[in-house]
Amino acid sequence: MAYSEKVIDHYENPRNVGILDKDAPNVGTGMVGAPACGDVMRLQIRVNDEGVIEDAKFKTYGCGSAIASSSLLTEWVKGKTLEGARQIKNTDIAEELALPPVKVHCSVLAEDAIKAAIDDLQNKRGD
Amino acid sequence: MKLPIYFDYSATTPCDPRVAGKMCGCLTPDGVFGNPASRSHAFGWAAEKLVEEARERVADLVNANPREIVWTSGASESDNLAIKGAAHFYQKRGKHIVTVKTEHKAVLDPCRQLEREGFDVTYLDVQENGLLDLDVFREAIRKDTILASVMHVNNEIGVIQDIDAIGNICREHEVIFHVDAAQSAGKVAIDLARLPVDLMSFSAHKIYGPKGVGVLYVRRKPRVRIEAQMHGGGHERGMRSGTLATHQIVGMGEAFRIAKEEMAGENARLLDLRNRLCEGFSVMEEVHVNGDLEHRVAGNLNVSFNFVEGESLMMALKDIAVSSGSACTSASLEPSYVLRALGRSDELAHSSLRFTLGRFTTEEDVDYVIEQVCRQVERLRELSPLWDMYKEGIDLDSVQWAAH
Repeated sequence: MAYSEKVIDHYENPRNVGILDKDAPNVGTGMVGAPACGDVMRLQIRVNDEGVIEDAKFKTYGCGSAIASSSLLTEWVKGKTLEGARQIKNTDIAEELALPPVKVHCSVLAEDAIKAAIDDLQNKRGD
Repeated sequence: MKLPIYFDYSATTPCDPRVAGKMCGCLTPDGVFGNPASRSHAFGWAAEKLVEEARERVADLVNANPREIVWTSGASESDNLAIKGAAHFYQKRGKHIVTVKTEHKAVLDPCRQLEREGFDVTYLDVQENGLLDLDVFREAIRKDTILASVMHVNNEIGVIQDIDAIGNICREHEVIFHVDAAQSAGKVAIDLARLPVDLMSFSAHKIYGPKGVGVLYVRRKPRVRIEAQMHGGGHERGMRSGTLATHQIVGMGEAFRIAKEEMAGENARLLDLRNRLCEGFSVMEEVHVNGDLEHRVAGNLNVSFNFVEGESLMMALKDIAVSSGSACTSASLEPSYVLRALGRSDELAHSSLRFTLGRFTTEEDVDYVIEQVCRQVERLRELSPLWDMYKEGIDLDSVQWAAH
């Protein structure tokens, strides 16, 4: 299977790899997927006092498309409000990365990850 | 060193240049292009002579009689002909077949087809090392069992089944025994004069012959019968009709001749290289070899690099051709059924790579692969949340995963 140039770029130069302090009050963590299914994504966001995402980090176990989907997502969410980030659709990610049908589930997982991270943060803050 | 490096010899091999040379002599107007079935002129006679010589070469490698060799289009066809052919011929005796979960699809799918036709098939589990437990096999045989099919060498993990012992159990119970030897010919000594095997499938392209040609061995003493699957001309004593592909057959004959001559030296060399590769990987943590290391062909190493997904690792190894048991390489999104049959967790199946070495692999190639794999595994583990958790001492089995 041939990968798109964008997938290869994100895979070879993943953006925003790392960890944020999951116990910090302004950090939300989303971990989705399962090792048995072949992919696990951990996506973290940190918001500022205005509720804007000022940093995002990820780590992903999975195929190149899964790594690229999560890397792209961290780029997209930065500077967005939580509600803005929630609007990101898996189809946007799949389209941007030109994922073939068999890899669309990677983008679904990325959408699940950002939603889980937002939920985690909103739970923490009692929103 | 030439890049990319080919480490996928179990998928296919290049033709040995000596093989290709012989094949080229059977194509053009100056060559032996005749139809081996043409009995009325010299063109046909010359082709028939080459075909019969090739038949002897193939028979020689496995110590069979040339008259027990039936040409086919490859091991998949041989498996189909053996399994469906024997099942159909002997169905009045019974309709039960025994095979193994780790068999190649060319065995499993014909068995599925026979199930649709009303046969009953038992698919046996293997042990953790990939080998069949002889007692389990013995217990699976029933009064109405007519056929058993067990592969000699597994294509994914390279383990060698004890076909001698399995064949003896079949003999005791008068069960026809078929062996898929696509991955073993030229790698493991096969003596069909001695082995209790009735039908054996061979391929040319796994041992430096051309694609598109294979053989089914059909024992003559005691005589084993099969029903033809291909009709039209009665070639190959009625068992497989169709004009013989002289150039392919000549190529297979030459490949088997070379294998007989060079097998011992080649195996010793490949074993050294395989051990070097295995030791090179063992400096890393959480590297698991899949399948028994003792009862295994020299050129195969199937390894799981825990916490790294197989396809992403293959993607990183741009200059190295390997294959993976990861789901992501198949359309089904299911990880390797062979590794699962060993009882390997899905995680480890997803993290597996198969390295298969062969005639043209060098020590330099092996060293390059070790260096690249170690570097990329380290890089991908830095990207892996599972690796973090492992390093924090979290038991991944205790985590409640949101499976999707």
